[in-house]
Amino acid sequence: MQETITFFSGFSTPDLWFLADAALKTLWISVLSISIGTVLGGIFGWMLHEGKWMAALTVGSILDIFRSVPLIIQLVLFYNFAPMVGLSLDPFASGVVILTIYTAALVSNVARGGIEAVPVSMRKASRSLGMSYWQDLRHIVLPIGGRAVFPAWIGVVLGVMKDSALVSVLGYVELLKASQILITRTQEPFLILALAGAFYFALSYPISRYAAKFEQRWAQ
Amino acid sequence: MIEIRDLHKHFGDLHVLKGIDLDVKKGEVLSVIGSSGSGKSTLLYCINSLEKIQQGSVKIDGIDVHAKNTDVNKLRQKLGMVFQQWNSFPHLTAMENVALAPRIVKGKSKEEALYIAETQLKHVGLGDKLKNYPSALSGGQQQRLAIARALAMEPEYMLFDEATSALDPEKVGEVLDTMRLLAEEGMTMICVTHEMGFARDVSDRVAYFHQGVMEEIGPPEQIFYSPISEHTKKFLANVR
Repeated sequence: MQETITFFSGFSTPDLWFLADAALKTLWISVLSISIGTVLGGIFGWMLHEGKWMAALTVGSILDIFRSVPLIIQLVLFYNFAPMVGLSLDPFASGVVILTIYTAALVSNVARGGIEAVPVSMRKASRSLGMSYWQDLRHIVLPIGGRAVFPAWIGVVLGVMKDSALVSVLGYVELLKASQILITRTQEPFLILALAGAFYFALSYPISRYAAKFEQRWAQ
Repeated sequence: MIEIRDLHKHFGDLHVLKGIDLDVKKGEVLSVIGSSGSGKSTLLYCINSLEKIQQGSVKIDGIDVHAKNTDVNKLRQKLGMVFQQWNSFPHLTAMENVALAPRIVKGKSKEEALYIAETQLKHVGLGDKLKNYPSALSGGQQQRLAIARALAMEPEYMLFDEATSALDPEKVGEVLDTMRLLAEEGMTMICVTHEMGFARDVSDRVAYFHQGVMEEIGPPEQIFYSPISEHTKKFLANVR
């Protein structure tokens, strides 16, 4: 009698740690891309608002491309073609670059909406008090416009965090890629995908809860 | 002293102000009346440089408002302005609304700025609303808040742009009373207004604007009881 050789082994506790570690990587790539992307998006949004048609023509059209082309295509294109121009980036760095630009493209519209949410007469009032252009922007437009578009921004944050799963196509072992590896080994897709989903939920849910709390406080 | 010479303002093809000459002395209260679109609000915006001008000049205490090398942010500290829409900053309490500009523009300490805010809010009768957010204040209270906010910068001139036009009728009185109080304290004021009673009782002079031209200016008795211009007569007959 010949013994059967099994290529597969069941799900075990170390695999949970493997997933948790991957979840941290998802968190890390998201935090990095969202932070830089939000700052850039804020600047682009301000340019779109102030620069009118000049900015709309240049910055606006470039951002339109990043907003309209599916993220997965952007990732694959960038990862495979960047080395041709001498930019040899690992999957993580490539993911951060594309996710950052993608976030910036989404945030730029949110930011422009925020600036436009502040009535012109209110900005005239702050200027009439002697505030400079930048003081008005910092103390009036940022807090008032920021609150107006905060829910929209949170939407972008949650979206980008989930979309970061697409970086798995480059081979970066974040949550989704880790799940795929485990599924291949354990042949338990239902369990593993449910766990991965639970991890995504655990990352997203506190953000939405926290955001809701802020909105409630501001609504007073 | 505010000196306006041959002031012209265009919005595109629209000639809104057609050569205004006007002096306002320290301590004077001037009311500007006229129908909508006569350019009276635009005049205020040109005085504190919220609108650019195409011709002529505006001087505040000898400083040319529209000159390239004039620091308008500094100049505007001399000129308080109250708008038709009260424009309270919704994210700040009444006290913070008033304290913001003294703190960031004049560089006062937080304590100093809050002290100024408290004093000015009491001045306009909002001493019991210091910690309230604007959303918890009525229109009249928000407009008084706007007056306190302007006063906190210790302006030498106050510009009122139809300060009572957007208020519910029963709230008009409290804002006019506050404006009256300022006039009695000797503040120099230019009030663009539709409140003929206020213009008649409180002003030293009244100016009537018609289609971008200052048709007539003089003491209230002249404007209201023996106007010279036919347009003034017609306007007053309609508002009465």
